[in-house]
Amino acid sequence: MDHSKAAEIFNKDKARTKWHDETLWMVREKRDKAAHSVPDWEKLREAASNIKSHTLSNLDEYLKTFEDKAKKNGITVHWAADAHDHNEIVYSIIRSNNIQKIVKSKSMLTEECHMNEFMASKGIDVIDTDLGERIVQFRKEHPSHIVMPAIHLKREDVGETFHQHLGTEKGATDPQYLTEAARQHLRDKFIASELAITGVNFAIAETGGFVVCTNEGNADMGAHLASIHIACMGIEKIIPKMEHLGVFLRLLARSATGQPITTYSSHFHKPRPNQQMHIVIVDNGRSVQLGRPDFRNSLKCIRCAACFNTCPVYRRSGGHSYHNAVAGPIGSILAPNLNMRENADLPFASTLCGSCTNVCPVKIDLHDQLWKWRQVLMKEGYGSLSKKTGMKMMTTVLSNPGIYNFMGKLGRGVLRTIPWIAKSKMLNPWYKHREMPVARGSFKEWYVGRRGNR
Amino acid sequence: MSAREKILSAVKGNKPELLPLQTWDWSRVETDVRDTFIKTLQGIGGTVSIVKDLQQVKQRVLEVHGDEKRIINRVASLDWKNSDKIEIENSTSMEKIEVAIIEGQIGVAENGAIWVPEDAMGNRALPFICQHLVIVLSINKIVPTMHQAYASIDVTANGFGVFIAGPSKTADIEQSLVIGAHGARSLAVFLLDS
Repeated sequence: MDHSKAAEIFNKDKARTKWHDETLWMVREKRDKAAHSVPDWEKLREAASNIKSHTLSNLDEYLKTFEDKAKKNGITVHWAADAHDHNEIVYSIIRSNNIQKIVKSKSMLTEECHMNEFMASKGIDVIDTDLGERIVQFRKEHPSHIVMPAIHLKREDVGETFHQHLGTEKGATDPQYLTEAARQHLRDKFIASELAITGVNFAIAETGGFVVCTNEGNADMGAHLASIHIACMGIEKIIPKMEHLGVFLRLLARSATGQPITTYSSHFHKPRPNQQMHIVIVDNGRSVQLGRPDFRNSLKCIRCAACFNTCPVYRRSGGHSYHNAVAGPIGSILAPNLNMRENADLPFASTLCGSCTNVCPVKIDLHDQLWKWRQVLMKEGYGSLSKKTGMKMMTTVLSNPGIYNFMGKLGRGVLRTIPWIAKSKMLNPWYKHREMPVARGSFKEWYVGRRGNR
Repeated sequence: MSAREKILSAVKGNKPELLPLQTWDWSRVETDVRDTFIKTLQGIGGTVSIVKDLQQVKQRVLEVHGDEKRIINRVASLDWKNSDKIEIENSTSMEKIEVAIIEGQIGVAENGAIWVPEDAMGNRALPFICQHLVIVLSINKIVPTMHQAYASIDVTANGFGVFIAGPSKTADIEQSLVIGAHGARSLAVFLLDS
């Protein structure tokens, strides 16, 4: 189902759409407050953008340095060309160690690779431990937001889900009570776990270590208790030096939730004695995106989701409408690179208002890229028939003054004499959420008339 | 060709021309880092007290948490008899820890974070698995921002290290803030001003 159809379904629940819209805007406002309290904010964005651009321009060398240092630290490094490779590598570690109990903290990369589904097909159960991810996992859904995975749900939904899966009281909806139930349930999982999978926020070439940021502490509970830790990262997670963490950790949480920093910023460099530590470095289309000059900037993304929270389309259509692991404006730029045909609708899920570009902590030109993707997709023949014919008709009308004037008159005539046509939500989708104008005359008629009166 | 070679050669072939890496000066005149640190940490759910000596820390922890049996102390200079009932290498045993007292290395005024290297924990899981966390930090070890923090620590000195900023928390249910997700339910910081 394409974005606009899915959004239409989401919009049917007006109260929930309004709540979703307002809640995400509240997060955007928290971000503003946090950003404005840092005098260096714009300088930090400049620095972050420069560090990432530089890194991308020397990425192969930094990847090699990182691998080398990580190996010296006692970490096993694996390379995965695509999602399937990634899943196979993780699976082979699980199988060769004869592992049954696995916990995972939030990793959008493993979502992108559909790792949980892959493991399920092999009969392996992976327990998501981020609260939001556990909620959507129970419900057999996917995260609708990369920072707040269950933002599409209300407390009543979570209460019902926990009642079914964790035996909480029927009808209980208090977040404190529900979170406590999840804490107890997942503590047991952490203590029993044999293998922990985490994502990576930043991988440091200079030191061969990586940083994982969480508020809940679930990545640490997993990684420090299990005897095997697998950290999965995209090739774009590299930063050159330790000192650059200062720039990124100052930006990340402030942009994401308005917190000054996440509760835990964990720096992993060496496994514990008798612990195995693995890193899986994944390409999955990133090197292709690197070769697209108009879109390579998207690889600077640090997954803060500030562009989601500010986006008028995301806020009113919900993350699932984007049918991609990463939704929102950044997801709409990343997804067509993975599959143009399946994701051709996403760059159109934007008003091109540019708010995403304004809030992006690493200065990705998001709305420009959305606009550029539209051109690529139309040129490659992935535009929908209605868009193609619509554009062709507009070209004819706009390049021919006679037709233009006639169409204008016709439109105003229709509004005046048979307004029900324009006000039919079926014939005129534009009318769904808008009022039609009162048609007195065109600007041209008004202008000519005004000149004649002089 | 292995996945490694495939990826590296694709990256090499597709990367843009080398862009220079700039450097920035982040030094700033900070008037009162202690005050900012305390306010910021309180703002993210931590409690802060200034103490004259470690004896005061001990007294306060026992006042709040009572039973010494389920408290683990990792601050070497603090006079404390750790319970032999808790095996620090055993998850099930560690799960019973009520309070952990550890020493922080550097505090960051702008965000209330405290750097704790592995050496100060004994076991990496300790600051996360305990129900309540107590961090002792010298009041002279507070720096204005993360830039100064990274300049004064060595992240590779230990196999693991973490910036801890407040108690564990989540807002995954309707964006409603709940303190005490998977990690410690509370964080008490004692600033040592001797």
